[in-house]
Amino acid sequence: MEESSVQCRSHTMQSITNTATRYGWATILLHWLIGIIFIGQFALGFIMVRLTSQRTAFELIQLHKSLGFLLLGLIILRIAWRLGNAMPPLPASVGALERRTAPLAHLALYAFQITLPLSGWALVSVSTLEIPTMPFNLFVMPNLPLAESDAAESFWAAAHWYLAYVGIALVALHVAAALRHHFLLRDSVLTRMITPSSGGE
Amino acid sequence: MHARILGFATFAACLAVPAAAAVALSDAAGSYTISPAGSSIRFTIGKAGGGGFDGAFAHFKGTIRIDNGDVGRSKVDLTIYPESVGTGQSRIDAFLRSDAVFDAANSPEIQFRSTSVTRTGDTSALVTGRLTARGKTFAEKFTAELNGLKGGTIKFHVTGKVLRSRYGMDVGTPLYSNVVDFDMTLTGKRG
Repeated sequence: MEESSVQCRSHTMQSITNTATRYGWATILLHWLIGIIFIGQFALGFIMVRLTSQRTAFELIQLHKSLGFLLLGLIILRIAWRLGNAMPPLPASVGALERRTAPLAHLALYAFQITLPLSGWALVSVSTLEIPTMPFNLFVMPNLPLAESDAAESFWAAAHWYLAYVGIALVALHVAAALRHHFLLRDSVLTRMITPSSGGE
Repeated sequence: MHARILGFATFAACLAVPAAAAVALSDAAGSYTISPAGSSIRFTIGKAGGGGFDGAFAHFKGTIRIDNGDVGRSKVDLTIYPESVGTGQSRIDAFLRSDAVFDAANSPEIQFRSTSVTRTGDTSALVTGRLTARGKTFAEKFTAELNGLKGGTIKFHVTGKVLRSRYGMDVGTPLYSNVVDFDMTLTGKRG
């Protein structure tokens, strides 16, 4: 009993990184953390611009900015981690069309997770309201070197809005594909992103 | 050489002005009505990362009463209408007027009623009083500097710091400082 728990612990230690057959804990944790924040940011963004209380709106907008910078940091970490790690291949049962389109969908997801926080950063940088950005009230985040104007603010607000809607549509597609794999195709595509051991080792 | 002497004389004359004003302060006894035309109530709030945020109130009214012989018994009453706040940015003005900050619809007046005036110099005084905003009242201090007395018109430069959090206006801290720096020019007309 004791021996198996020791074994289990050393197994956990080894399962932080990805291998050729499964995802490791770091990828899994980053995936779900980013996923939850991304969907939460969409909901927060949707709500904060529709509130009647200006005070609550102001506070939620600051929270949205803080989470946006956290998301940007996490996605950079995730991309770096992915580039420096092995990638388990898709199960053999996955069809030819999906083998071609899935990586494109994933690339698009990464692209949106980078451009969404950047477009938000651009928006606060050019805003004529000149509201400082302090992620979680910890430090002052400098503005991007972009010229401030009402026109630029409208442009980045629209860009951020469109990117958010296309981004959330991609997330919906991603979730639908994962559920299809789990419930219809009954393969390991979803479960291997839940724990390292549940993959097809 | 003559020009130099003349220049020195002008300099000396300028130095003598505060002393002249000191005499003026006691000559200033009387009741004055604050004239909006020659007055301004401006404020600045520091921002995280540097810089500040400036604004002014366009509408206010008040009276200054300078007691004959005893400056300490002088009195200042000032009413500010927060609806008139202006920052040069209409979205910020709307935010300040809303219930996030002034709640001008429900609390249309900010009032200052002095409780004591203490002379601190030839031309300066410390004015202590009760400031009421959004239903909350606290003691605040302002420094008043006599800037001129001519005919029936008296002019003061008034400065002071107020903590906005006490009045339920803490929104935006620490992005925006809790300290509001007031800078006012109050011109009173006798009568």
